[in-house]
Amino acid sequence: MLEFRKEIFADERDDDLSEVGKPTQRQDILGHVTGRSRFFDDHAFEGLLHLKVLRSPHHHARIRRIDTAAAEGALGVKRVIRAADVPVNLNTLLSLLNFGKDDEPTLAHDKVRYKGEPVVAVVAESEAAAHEALAEVRVEYEPLPAVFDVEEALKPGAPVVNETYPANTFEYHGRYDHQKLRFGDVERAFAAADHVLEARYQMSPIEHAPTETNGCIAAPETNDRFVCHTSTQALFFSVDTAAKILNVPSNRLHFIGGTVGGGFGGKVDTVTEPLAILGAMLTGRPVRYVLDRVEEMQFGPPRGAERWIIKDGVMRDGRIVARKFTGYFDSGAYTRLSSYAVIKSVGHLPGPYTIPNVAADVYCVFTNRTPATAMRGFGVTGADFAIECQMDKLAHLIDMDPLEFRIRNAYRDGDMKAHRREAKNCALIECCQVAAEKAGWPLREEFRRMSSRQGGGGERARIEAAPRETARPEAEPPRYPSYEQPAPPSAPEPPRAAPVTRRFSSVFGTRRR
Amino acid sequence: MSKKPVQFRLNGGDKAVFVDDGQNLLDVLRRGIGDFAPKYGCGQGTCGVCTVLIDGEPYLACLTLAETCEGREVQTASGLAPGPELHPLQKAFMEHFAAQCGFCTPGMLMAAKALLDRNPQPSREDVVEAIGGNICRCTGYEPIINAILAAASAAGRRPA
Repeated sequence: MLEFRKEIFADERDDDLSEVGKPTQRQDILGHVTGRSRFFDDHAFEGLLHLKVLRSPHHHARIRRIDTAAAEGALGVKRVIRAADVPVNLNTLLSLLNFGKDDEPTLAHDKVRYKGEPVVAVVAESEAAAHEALAEVRVEYEPLPAVFDVEEALKPGAPVVNETYPANTFEYHGRYDHQKLRFGDVERAFAAADHVLEARYQMSPIEHAPTETNGCIAAPETNDRFVCHTSTQALFFSVDTAAKILNVPSNRLHFIGGTVGGGFGGKVDTVTEPLAILGAMLTGRPVRYVLDRVEEMQFGPPRGAERWIIKDGVMRDGRIVARKFTGYFDSGAYTRLSSYAVIKSVGHLPGPYTIPNVAADVYCVFTNRTPATAMRGFGVTGADFAIECQMDKLAHLIDMDPLEFRIRNAYRDGDMKAHRREAKNCALIECCQVAAEKAGWPLREEFRRMSSRQGGGGERARIEAAPRETARPEAEPPRYPSYEQPAPPSAPEPPRAAPVTRRFSSVFGTRRR
Repeated sequence: MSKKPVQFRLNGGDKAVFVDDGQNLLDVLRRGIGDFAPKYGCGQGTCGVCTVLIDGEPYLACLTLAETCEGREVQTASGLAPGPELHPLQKAFMEHFAAQCGFCTPGMLMAAKALLDRNPQPSREDVVEAIGGNICRCTGYEPIINAILAAASAAGRRPA
């Protein structure tokens, strides 16, 4: 029988989940089956203009000169938009949460940092006219060495992708080149383990490939406002991002959206709205900017690539006694949301298992690849792929059933997690038991009788002493890239860690118990 | 640019429009006439979200020259319901959760209608074949296949 654990939100819901197991209809389904659901592009505007961007053919290059004279005179062209026309041409998405430095231009001016980066925009009477005009734009590039591999990007002498972060890593709390997790002493535990296994895992970028591509239509409205019908998955996030880039109060922007033709995380980056609204501002006409399928597939932000190196110490009886991670998130040329993905990932480690000694060093790395973004569980999905592959290998190594191996190590109520929060409402053991039953997978009696509610806490809640080096991080000098680049001689004393780690964040949950 | 007059029937009504040389039917339907049910997904005939019926056969509107529709009968999802009552396919899609984002739905419905009009009692394989050119990124196709089969069997149960 299903049991609903109600310690969380216990006073906020009744135990009457009566919808489960019954068919139900979507509230928007009638519009979908009649073709009446209005997606962003399903709006008619008299005098609609079309915006297209010229994209960098280089992965990394200095821009020497841009000549748009011929394009400006081309047939049907209403306006050519260059970097200097963008009011605030430097932004980072999470600046709205006061997290990270502005590092990405709307239109590139001094350098291009990935193949496909927008350089010039053309607003014209038709998409065809816009394309014709873009072919008339002359850009003189000086190609620069590019770096495409996260570990290469951290080596001495690697090309600097993004000058905002000269070490090619995102800076956490203004001083750290990566996120670090220390719990117990992994090295001591490895030395005492029956077996030690280390393996590398690599995930490629994944394109969301929504059937509707990213896009929007912006138009002048009454009261000196601009309406924007958009595909964004994050309407309020996008309105504030556009307001910042366009340097207008957000109440001058009227964003309409919510009917999204497939998002999966790939429509949160606000890549079309600022330019379309700027086009409407500069021409006084409605402007449509929609990525075509090639743009969506090649330059639309994907789930970022991740590389994980996991080292485990395991005992013959099936206990994992130590787990160490080195992780690299490939952010591409700009931060977008990868900085957050790393934080989320480190909060998730070492997976749903009680392990007394855990260490992690996880880097958000800049490379000359397409900037990465959100996608379904990003930050956790890739790490879990690596962890669960590793779990199978470990079970094989000690000749134990892979499901029983997971049950043996699963979190139980009262256990201490590596980030020093008590495990509550655990259910992995029960999930494994139900999955085994449904799959006809034989579990030994001992494992069929285990419970998330029994045997947790106690010794499993103990926090092992960590080595002195990591126990007092505030005594560390500021971390510069791992290739020992000398610190600037006039570097000021870094701020103490404590006040910085408590900085405002509604997303990252720095709240302490 | 020279314009060419084209007359055709759209969902049972007469339409007369001027089209550009090389203009595709999808553009004429959406931007010219204002029927936004067929969608733009790829513009290269690979995703199926622009599927319409021309003389009862499924066509990709993004690859169909508008001028070739002269004198023909075009049907889109906007005209699928015969009146205030929905078409059995529409009802089945609603009941079987056959849409999430809804972007592929108008094209999917037209591909399914072409199948049922030709073959009122299709097998599961027939259904899979019929929607083989229509990409859905949300549902995993199973609810859509089930909805089309349910619509077929519901129609089969009705007195002839």
